[in-house]
Amino acid sequence: MQQHDHDHAHSHLDEMDLRVRALETLLTRKGFVDPAALERIIETYETRIGPHNGAAVVARAWVDDAFRRWLLQDATAAIASMGFGGRQGEHMVAVANTPETHNMVVCTLCSCYPWPVLGLPPVWYKSAPYRAKAVMDPRGVLADFGVVLPDSTQLRVWDSTAEVRYLVIPMMPADAKGLDQHRLAGWVTRDAMIGTGLARAPVATPADMPAAP
Amino acid sequence: MNGVHDMGGQQGYGPVCPEADEPLFHADWEKRALAVTLAMGAGGQWNIDLSRSARESLPAATYLGSSYYAIWIRALENLIQARALASREEMRRGIVADTPAPVFRVLHAEQVDASLARGTPTHRVVDRPARFGIGDRVLARNMHPRGHTRLPRYVRGHVGTVVRVHGAHVFPDQHVTKMLPPFDEDPQYLYTVVFDAQTLWGDAADANAQVSVDAWEPYLVPAP
Repeated sequence: MQQHDHDHAHSHLDEMDLRVRALETLLTRKGFVDPAALERIIETYETRIGPHNGAAVVARAWVDDAFRRWLLQDATAAIASMGFGGRQGEHMVAVANTPETHNMVVCTLCSCYPWPVLGLPPVWYKSAPYRAKAVMDPRGVLADFGVVLPDSTQLRVWDSTAEVRYLVIPMMPADAKGLDQHRLAGWVTRDAMIGTGLARAPVATPADMPAAP
Repeated sequence: MNGVHDMGGQQGYGPVCPEADEPLFHADWEKRALAVTLAMGAGGQWNIDLSRSARESLPAATYLGSSYYAIWIRALENLIQARALASREEMRRGIVADTPAPVFRVLHAEQVDASLARGTPTHRVVDRPARFGIGDRVLARNMHPRGHTRLPRYVRGHVGTVVRVHGAHVFPDQHVTKMLPPFDEDPQYLYTVVFDAQTLWGDAADANAQVSVDAWEPYLVPAP
């Protein structure tokens, strides 16, 4: 059975591969798309636009009170001042977590997501389980992510049904106090900026480890 | 349209399953699907709401059985075919068979950065005041249009509170009414309206949760 499912998944992939290849070929031959433009679009989302942008915004909000106020007042302008904006982030709103309130963002109707600060959405964000459950059982969604908040914490879900895109400013963990802005960005996960996770110490990789004394 | 895409509050899909170290794309064709969809969208032959409407208009079983980028591709093919930019047969074979292409705005490589950085802002200035203000109690209309709408079913018929006024924005329900430009933008005031979870889902829901949607003025009436 598993083998069958495996084969089935492969044939579906192959079918989509052929289908998209034929479509791209046709549109190029018709002169509707510039192949170099396609490469540039892919490169942009593979390298330049991703959650590291949002992490830089949040880290700055953690250390710079004036920026934080600006971000909460006019997120589009504050984020643009750091060089991020445009497609799927034309109208930004930032919402800050506090000990009393935890924010979570969803798009129940499709998959709206703040691309300029978070990049392309992960599969779970676009999936039926998340879109169905986030508005009805947000605490259950947090549990799916292994996050447990006190019952007294109010959950505030933002369903992005229009062209406004939401960025969650997670709380800065106490352990991170005193770190500089660049280091703090490493604590800001993508999920923390969606509201399905919390900011946390970066997972150390060998390159990040301090040199042996 | 009361389609399967309107998923808020549906049950039976199981838990959310995040994938550890998820790659940006799960197959090469997904990259191509993203790029082709964005490049064709920049052509101006349709708008974001027509794109969404095309995705939501796929047969329900197809929508539920397709991955995100597969939905994009199926909808893109429908948008292309509906405007006679290419036939099914051409798209299937990748070979140009029909008469020369109509005049078309093409997104060139050197325009990509500026195009993405500009995006497509939907805010518009209108010369009338907003009907509602922050703190107003509003009823989400009980409406079931056959066409495109952005008022999720789960708030219809319920009373919430306006917490933000976003100015006027292009109104999706009207923005889809013409297949080709110039589109009817019909800007309407847009509000964030927050509802108590128990108002939406009953007494068994989390007493300490609230849900908001962004709703255009025609979706709302003053609370009775």
